[in-house]
Amino acid sequence: MTNTPPRLTISTSPFVLEGASTPDLMGKVIYALLPVLLAAAWFFGVAALLLVATACLGAMATEWFFATKRQGLGSLTDGSALLTGLLLGLTLPPGLPLWMAFLGGFIAIALGKLIWGGLGNNMFNPALLGRAFLQAAFPEAMTKLWLVPRFGPEQSFFDFTGFFHVPDSLLAMPLMRASADGFSGATPLGLAKFDGQITEISRVFLGNISGSLGETSALLLLVCGAWLAWKRVLNWRGPLATLLSVLVFGSLLHLIAPESCPPPGFMLLSGGLLFGAVFMVTDPVTTPITSTGLWIFGFGLGLLVVVIRVYGGLQECVMFAILFMNGLTPLINRITQPRQFGG
Amino acid sequence: MDLLAPPLAKPCSFRHGVHPQENKQFTNREPLERMPFVDTYFLPLSQHIGAPARALVGPGDRVVRGQKIAEPGSYVSTAHHAPVTGTVESIELRPHPNGKLMESIVIRSDPFSDQRLPEKAPLVLGDKDALIKQVQQAGIVGLGGAAFPSHVKLSVPEGKRAEFLIINGCECEPYLTCDHRLMLEQPAGVIRGLQIIMEQLDVGRGYVGVEMNKADAIYKLEALAKPHENIVIVPLAVKYPQGAEKMLIEAVLKREVPEGKLPIDIEVVSYNVGSAVAIAQLVDHGTPLIERIVTVTGPAVSKPRNLLVPIGTPVLSVLEHCGLQVSRLRQLIMGGPMMGMAQKDLDAPILKGTSGLLALDSLQVAEREEMPCIRCGRCLDACPMFLNPSRLAMMARAEWAEELEAHHLMNCFECGACSFVCPSFIPLAQLMRLGKTVVRQHKQKEASA
Repeated sequence: MTNTPPRLTISTSPFVLEGASTPDLMGKVIYALLPVLLAAAWFFGVAALLLVATACLGAMATEWFFATKRQGLGSLTDGSALLTGLLLGLTLPPGLPLWMAFLGGFIAIALGKLIWGGLGNNMFNPALLGRAFLQAAFPEAMTKLWLVPRFGPEQSFFDFTGFFHVPDSLLAMPLMRASADGFSGATPLGLAKFDGQITEISRVFLGNISGSLGETSALLLLVCGAWLAWKRVLNWRGPLATLLSVLVFGSLLHLIAPESCPPPGFMLLSGGLLFGAVFMVTDPVTTPITSTGLWIFGFGLGLLVVVIRVYGGLQECVMFAILFMNGLTPLINRITQPRQFGG
Repeated sequence: MDLLAPPLAKPCSFRHGVHPQENKQFTNREPLERMPFVDTYFLPLSQHIGAPARALVGPGDRVVRGQKIAEPGSYVSTAHHAPVTGTVESIELRPHPNGKLMESIVIRSDPFSDQRLPEKAPLVLGDKDALIKQVQQAGIVGLGGAAFPSHVKLSVPEGKRAEFLIINGCECEPYLTCDHRLMLEQPAGVIRGLQIIMEQLDVGRGYVGVEMNKADAIYKLEALAKPHENIVIVPLAVKYPQGAEKMLIEAVLKREVPEGKLPIDIEVVSYNVGSAVAIAQLVDHGTPLIERIVTVTGPAVSKPRNLLVPIGTPVLSVLEHCGLQVSRLRQLIMGGPMMGMAQKDLDAPILKGTSGLLALDSLQVAEREEMPCIRCGRCLDACPMFLNPSRLAMMARAEWAEELEAHHLMNCFECGACSFVCPSFIPLAQLMRLGKTVVRQHKQKEASA
């Protein structure tokens, strides 16, 4: 009676899976970033696409160069390098020279991820580490090359003029200084801090402002974040805690010192806060693993953002605040271990 | 299902857990059928935790269906009975569903016998010690899967007391429908078994916990329970692992079994519905445990159904009776897909604890390549015991016995929810098992040092 089929497989339970895989999750985040990228392209012209593409190229080339030896395309197929490149590209000022974006992509993957042991082992958000490197290495380019969107306040949103214009600074030769041309403008946070001028909330909300590529349209970021939360790709606790924390501390400071602290609504929608909350606080690797930990992370992040924005010299501070909280993550994990059942 | 019936109460549940695809629709409308008798039966002497039974028969002996053929080997052990009238062929090492070769009684059935079960008088209740002995002699064990000898739970240890009895009708494993059909077709047996055990243990309240996906069974049981004030049918949320004893107790009574303790320590005793019915049948008809309900399902069988199978029937015969397509079969699982066991040998027999046979035509898990952990925390949100599987897995790989124990690994009951949700396909449940072995070995080494 031993006509056992030869292909019977032995493995251990469970024999079924929920189905979502890590590359699927990365893919969904990448899909969610596409509308943001398209909006950036619409506001800043083809320059945005070039810049993001270069950052992605830098990231993926680095991943391929260092990590393929083990097996075929190896870790390039998990989508994490593309995602890091996209995230990095979208945090850059639209007038940045392309070679700097490429270098940023390289640093993000090489020093932000691979040197720690690859996916899942890095302590700091790779994209933000790449950006921090650029900020430290090229402070002028990173803070001066904010382009003004193609549309003036009175112009129609459906206007193609200047879409294909590529600013000279973008094409600067490697290791040469890039100079801002006539398109440069100040970001709303810079205007608020140094000129005491608050940009209209509606403009900040829709995105027709100067700023990094991905952080300009608050509306789009909220929609994409909501989609990711609905698809259960991101843990909503992190972003919610961050925004609530900024709202609470921003309101408090605004009540105490209205002259130095802009209104909380403006605080929430401007700068890299929403982009960071939706796409950086939700990077599972560099944020706490426990839900309680995520609340603590978001709470601390919001506090840091408000404090740096109001009292610090940097206007674009979300990056440093997130990197700082990334560093605290192992400690937060340690103090928020779940209380075991029946204990 | 009766559409005019009143809506059920809000379902109770435990915290955390997962929602695997149920896949019960293939068999949940298939009424119980009897598996025809086959040529040969294999009865392993060891079918569960505790000492193996001692054979009472030898090669050449004629046995009658329902006759005791093996004696319990110790207190935590049960008797075995002939599932069929025939001749003992040998007592030899045979493939066991656990993958090893185990001492088994081989019985060749008599093709000319009418296979009628000899009639016995119902038991007289009243003597509690006698009932414990009779349940042990009838070979009754937990029919939910773990097959823990039932008589052990029929007495309350010195210094403890039982307040609540919970009958487990959750059947939270995907695919399985044997408990569902049993509750639907023999609800009176469930209530009768519940009452017998309540009386035996002097328990004040009895509950039957049933998941909401078996609403028809809940209505039937509720109708029968209505006259009894101390019996409550509790609808439970459809969630895995709702049927795990500790989860069931949390859902029904809102009580947590403390770490390292047993349900009796918080005044609870629980039984599977199958075991309750088996005890009722023993008391009312004197029937020993010689057959059980097995759900035979999966894409590689063409006629999935719920079968009443004599214990000891070879798996292959059961599968063939259900239209096995051998060329499609890639993996055979005994039990459910979350906690069952993959089989390598189709000659292995159906045991007392076999709740299902799942014939799969594809490998969902075994062919997945593991990726790095991205610390997404999904396993933490799935673990019903509130452990940190991702971290425990790392410690298990490093074989840090003391750390593993300090992080409560021994609380893990291997439900597999962590592996089920992991997007990086890390075999977390397997690593938990590895970690437990590491801890046990470490303890042995310490004890001997």
